[in-house]
Amino acid sequence: MQLDNVLYIETPEGSDLALHPAGSGVRIYAYAIDLLIKTAVTIVVSIVLGLAGGLGSGLFLILFFLLQWFYPVWFEVWRDGRTPGKKRAGLRVLSGDGTPVTFSASMIRNLLRAVDFLPVFYVAGVLCMVFDRNFRRLGDLAADTLVVYVQAAAEPPQVAANGSLPIPPGLSAEDQRALLAFAERTRDLSPERQAELADVLGPILPPGDPVMTIQKMANGIVGRL
Amino acid sequence: MKQTQFEALYAEQWRRFAGYLKKLESGSNLRKRDGLEENDYNEFARLYRRVCHYHALARDRDYSVYLIDRLADLVVRGHQQFYRRRTVFADAFLRFFVAEFPQLVRREISFVSLATALLYLPALALLLAVLWQPTLVYAMMSVEQVQNFEAMYNPANDHFGSARDAETNWHMFGFYIQNNIGVAFRTFASGLVWGLGSVFFLVFNGLAFGAVAGHLTTVGFHQPFYSFVIGHGSFELTAIVIAGAAGLKLGYSLLAPGSQSRLASLRQAAGVAIKLIYGVILMLTLAAFVEAFWSSSGYISFATKYWGGVLLWVLVLAYLALGGRRGAE
Repeated sequence: MQLDNVLYIETPEGSDLALHPAGSGVRIYAYAIDLLIKTAVTIVVSIVLGLAGGLGSGLFLILFFLLQWFYPVWFEVWRDGRTPGKKRAGLRVLSGDGTPVTFSASMIRNLLRAVDFLPVFYVAGVLCMVFDRNFRRLGDLAADTLVVYVQAAAEPPQVAANGSLPIPPGLSAEDQRALLAFAERTRDLSPERQAELADVLGPILPPGDPVMTIQKMANGIVGRL
Repeated sequence: MKQTQFEALYAEQWRRFAGYLKKLESGSNLRKRDGLEENDYNEFARLYRRVCHYHALARDRDYSVYLIDRLADLVVRGHQQFYRRRTVFADAFLRFFVAEFPQLVRREISFVSLATALLYLPALALLLAVLWQPTLVYAMMSVEQVQNFEAMYNPANDHFGSARDAETNWHMFGFYIQNNIGVAFRTFASGLVWGLGSVFFLVFNGLAFGAVAGHLTTVGFHQPFYSFVIGHGSFELTAIVIAGAAGLKLGYSLLAPGSQSRLASLRQAAGVAIKLIYGVILMLTLAAFVEAFWSSSGYISFATKYWGGVLLWVLVLAYLALGGRRGAE
């Protein structure tokens, strides 16, 4: 059973794009940040425009309206699919086929927030996210959009060992990633724990300290000589 | 081929491709041209297809995971730049409002008719009911609300439609924008609940409107009220009807998806319905303008307001019935 819900989209070139949809927890976090920003802007604008009488209050109402409905639309269409909250949380809005989100899709998903909000505080939206394989809320379903994690380019892990060793034959990509992950996390693990984990691979490793061996193999995977 | 050889042969191309990507990503979406020279676009396309190919090769030959991930990153970013759709607004905007929007309204005439009936029939029913039994108005709204309406449309007022004295027209303009367009959005969005939300909004607004109209007629305030409504009503009532129709379309797509899955049917309907909402936004902005600066003024005579309102109704109906007819259909 796969616990990881990576979405593979086949492009016209035949490549498989791996997208990682974001769950409700991190999306709520991003939304909270956006809410704070919107509230702060509203307060500041209301103070400034409060001094301008009827014209000011009229302008304030219009700005409040725009902020309420179109704040996400602006950022999603013209700022790479990332509102400030989503940027902070490392998320991004994409079309269902992996391309950047279009204006119509962004409008649909943001106007349908009114339904996602029912009955209170986005309960309908969160429930929908929980039940959907790709964590889409009602607005996402109708607009064919996805909220995914932004994959930063992989940094080569810093390991203590010098030199590299070839990896044992027959290791799959998953296994290689496990080795790399171990090498990355050696700093966070106690030496006893490192030895305990490295011993699991004992039978297939060449003789020598297993921890160092795996780190050198990680160097080999990364291409560091 | 060994991995080191593979990397030595093609690293140069990956480096160049990454350079193009960087330039494209740093260009903002607002400018039409960003970062690349004219000939570079073809080169970018060629390199993108090659990088996809190298990525597939690396995966197939079980090269190191680190290399595969690097190439995958290039592929993902390249995909997003290559298939990016640019919304160029100026000409699409004009073309939409001159021709596409009325055509769309006519194409969805069944939903628009249903929404019209849901708004106007309850209004008419309650109007007649309140005229016949004036106390029925208190079934729809409280005593304070009724008194509020009477204060708004008292023929002795300077300004109509607003109970507060010192408000200026600009404030009311902002208020109508924020309130009415918000209601229209909710009428549309709540149509997702199998159309029930839109039905509720339309019927409820129709009943409220009918009750207020009936009551004000019985107390003799009909001149200020009807002359107030007729001016911007052509835009506002029609826009609410269209927003309701868009919501009904969403709901219907879930109830009767035809030969598609419900999700596909919903997506298709949403793509059309949102275009109706663009027109709704424009119409309600115009309505807010007319409502704040024309309808509510006490200095324009009732007769002028009536004739102005009739003219606007004729214009709106003619626009929807005849707009975009030449050539396209």
